[in-house]
Amino acid sequence: MSFDNAYEALTEENDARWAFGTGFADPLAGMDTSVPSGVDAGELARSCLWLGDDALIMSHRLQEWCAAAPELEDEVALANIGLDLLGQARLLLARAAKADPGMVPVVDQSDEDALAFFRDAEDFHNVRLVELGGGDFAFLMARLLVFATWRLALLQRLANAPDPVLAAIAVKGVKELTYHRDYAARWVVRLGDGTALSHDRMQDGLADVWPYVDELFDDDAELRAEFDAVIAQVCAAGTLQIPVVSRIPEQAGHTEHLEPLLAEMQSVARAHPDATW
Amino acid sequence: MVTARAVAETVTDPELPMLTLSDLGVLRDVQETADGVVVTITPTYTGCPAMDAMRADLSSALHRAGYGEVDVRTVLSPAWTTDWITPEGKLKLAEAGIAPPGAAPRGPISLSLVPPVKRVPCPQCGSPDTQLLSEFSATACKSLRRCRSCDEPFEHIKEI
Repeated sequence: MSFDNAYEALTEENDARWAFGTGFADPLAGMDTSVPSGVDAGELARSCLWLGDDALIMSHRLQEWCAAAPELEDEVALANIGLDLLGQARLLLARAAKADPGMVPVVDQSDEDALAFFRDAEDFHNVRLVELGGGDFAFLMARLLVFATWRLALLQRLANAPDPVLAAIAVKGVKELTYHRDYAARWVVRLGDGTALSHDRMQDGLADVWPYVDELFDDDAELRAEFDAVIAQVCAAGTLQIPVVSRIPEQAGHTEHLEPLLAEMQSVARAHPDATW
Repeated sequence: MVTARAVAETVTDPELPMLTLSDLGVLRDVQETADGVVVTITPTYTGCPAMDAMRADLSSALHRAGYGEVDVRTVLSPAWTTDWITPEGKLKLAEAGIAPPGAAPRGPISLSLVPPVKRVPCPQCGSPDTQLLSEFSATACKSLRRCRSCDEPFEHIKEI
């Protein structure tokens, strides 16, 4: 079947629902997903789950800005970035499930849907940075800058991962994140080096994000140095101060923001577990 | 009987219907087997929502041509690059008013705090004087530009 434009395809009966929510084919269809010898399947699954959860939750926060951004172009940009991350989440969650089927909740759903829609907050492993709710556009750009800079550095390393599936996901992700980081960095500079008001709000956005930066890095000094160099360059161009954190957030566990996010994101799938849309 | 490859090469992209999947460089391989056909495709962007439509379109085209079992597989590596869009594909894009991509970036990734200056001629009037409006547009693979000569906005397949 072919159509004159993408919208005709949406209205076709029995179409493949390509722009909708669930019922997609396995994103790893036809790929060799056996775990290579020498790779610990459980460890691989956990890494993919964590990376997938970060992408899924950040994608949801970006989607919330559809119809709320300052300009139409930015709504489109944020939706695009959210879509890229959702794509990364699908592949990573599917990879996690293939490596360790035991982590998938037992429901009549595809692996990726089961992991996204049928786990509770305590079983999500995303960093707290991505789950924080509220905030203005400056806060969103500060968060996106931190997230994209960190994840880009991380995925660049994973391009050499011993698991070829994870390595391939990382290589594609790097190309996408390069655009995400540039987008966020340009806004941070534009607001920081803009009016007195935009400067102050950008500085406040950075301050609100910074308590959640240290926990991204564990003890990986090299990754942290790469991250710091990029942030220093952006802040200098935007006449912004890199915040000094005086308030350490409560230790361990998710913030109070994750449960309401999941309640919304999972509501349709849980209310109508047999539905595809 | 028409070869499976020839059939698969007629299938068009759901979002860029002026291009075949082959023009776009996402059709990576077509193998006829004893039972049917194995087709391999690769996504442009990780989140590209058109992959399922591509699978369905490839299957139905091959079924119509008389092939039985059709197995459409995904491959992620090597990652798709705009350099795989064929010269013919680039011409078709330009004819449809979408500026084709230049050469994909290579080498180390650098932070770019100002959009890089790219010479992207207007697909409507041909003027080289065009500006970037947004790196993101109606689909993941396009950016949005405007021509300063004829004032028309247009889309550009961004290089990856």
